Amino acid sequence: METDPVVQLVDVVAVLDRFPALAGVTLTVRRSEIVLLTGANGAGKTTLLRLCAGLVPPARGAATVLGLDLAEHRQIVRSRVGLLGHSNGLYTDLSVTENVEFWGATVAASNDEVAASLDRMGLAGRLSKVQVRKLSAGQRRRTALACLIARRAELWLLDEPHAGLDAAGRDELDTTLRAATAAGATMIVASHELDRAGALATRVVEVVGGQVRDPLRGQQGGSP
Amino acid sequence: MTSFGVTRLVAAKDLRIELRSRVLVNQVLPFAAIVMVLFAFALDSDDLLTRVAPGLVWLATLFSMLVVVQRSFAVEAADGALDALRTAGIPAQGIYLGKSIALAAQLLVLEVLLFGGAFVLYNSRFDASGALLLITSALAASCGLGLVGTLYGGLTTGTKGRESLLPLLLLPVVTPVLIGATRATEAALGVGGISMREGWAWVALLVTYALLFGIGGSLGFGPLVDDGA
Repeated sequence: METDPVVQLVDVVAVLDRFPALAGVTLTVRRSEIVLLTGANGAGKTTLLRLCAGLVPPARGAATVLGLDLAEHRQIVRSRVGLLGHSNGLYTDLSVTENVEFWGATVAASNDEVAASLDRMGLAGRLSKVQVRKLSAGQRRRTALACLIARRAELWLLDEPHAGLDAAGRDELDTTLRAATAAGATMIVASHELDRAGALATRVVEVVGGQVRDPLRGQQGGSP
Repeated sequence: MTSFGVTRLVAAKDLRIELRSRVLVNQVLPFAAIVMVLFAFALDSDDLLTRVAPGLVWLATLFSMLVVVQRSFAVEAADGALDALRTAGIPAQGIYLGKSIALAAQLLVLEVLLFGGAFVLYNSRFDASGALLLITSALAASCGLGLVGTLYGGLTTGTKGRESLLPLLLLPVVTPVLIGATRATEAALGVGGISMREGWAWVALLVTYALLFGIGGSLGFGPLVDDGA
């Protein structure tokens, strides 16, 4: 059954410091997809993620995320998407549970929801009480993802999610992301690691010079 | 989530982090105590110390506040938490007020201990009516310092050389608090020839300062920390 697109961009232009970082992007992402964005540094991958997160306003074109127009409802969009960049957005003096509780509280998540988030990321039990500063890079990444789940993020925007992780941490992260999409999350992942992220993705699109190339749909991106 | 809910959540989080890391106890208080002792050595006169004790306590508070403000924003910047807060669409007004309340609470604890030190080192004394004025002025000054400290802490977060930029920007702006709180404390302690009536007038100045920065900060903090607004 065809579902409403989670992201729908039509000829979107985004300008950063008078430079068109996105120069007419057309892209559709549907629920439970994992879309991998590839492309050289400066191609516009991070700007595209930030646009979808409601952090960069569209200067032209039609842009909706989760059915909300980005020109008018960026603040609401922000509360419903999760952007995870190179940092994790965690408080290192607090424990894993305290971090997840804090982010869960921003959407009035119940104790059961917090516990379920920890459980899904394999953080229940002994690890839940450990201060974040004492965790490995992979465990921190999992904690950040548990925070996204507790925040009920419907669209996950991940910028180089494998950066800084060892092989075991990367495997752990991939398992986590697959489980999250199986549970209904939608993801757009920007990565240079095509082997690793490509195996994870359900679709790969290339960002070149501020435009999207989807091999399944020719020059401009769309759903497969 | 409402701004009030975010305020409570952020204040509780900041105070929990402080209880866990004990930076106030392990770093700020020893620093403030050393400043107080050095003042005593430098002035080396009981009469003079008793006379200038209010100003010394508030100067020590201002210097210590710089450490507390930098710490308050260092925990947000360490792993990109402030970025995550604003990208999560959480009301900036709530973040600002929550951090201000936590900062003011820490400054109040600091002031209680500094005044305790002043009674021991500088032989300061006050009566019951002085106590009410002292407590009110400390509350008003702490609120003002918390609000302006959070605003300027947010302004300098992520800037180059923020450790030196923060005192350069903040200390001139808190001068009215230093003057007002010192005069009100002088009245409370019965030194400096300031009457209780004049002391309460200085408290009114402190309250006005806190209100102005509370309103200005609530409006300005969001755009300051949100480059995507």
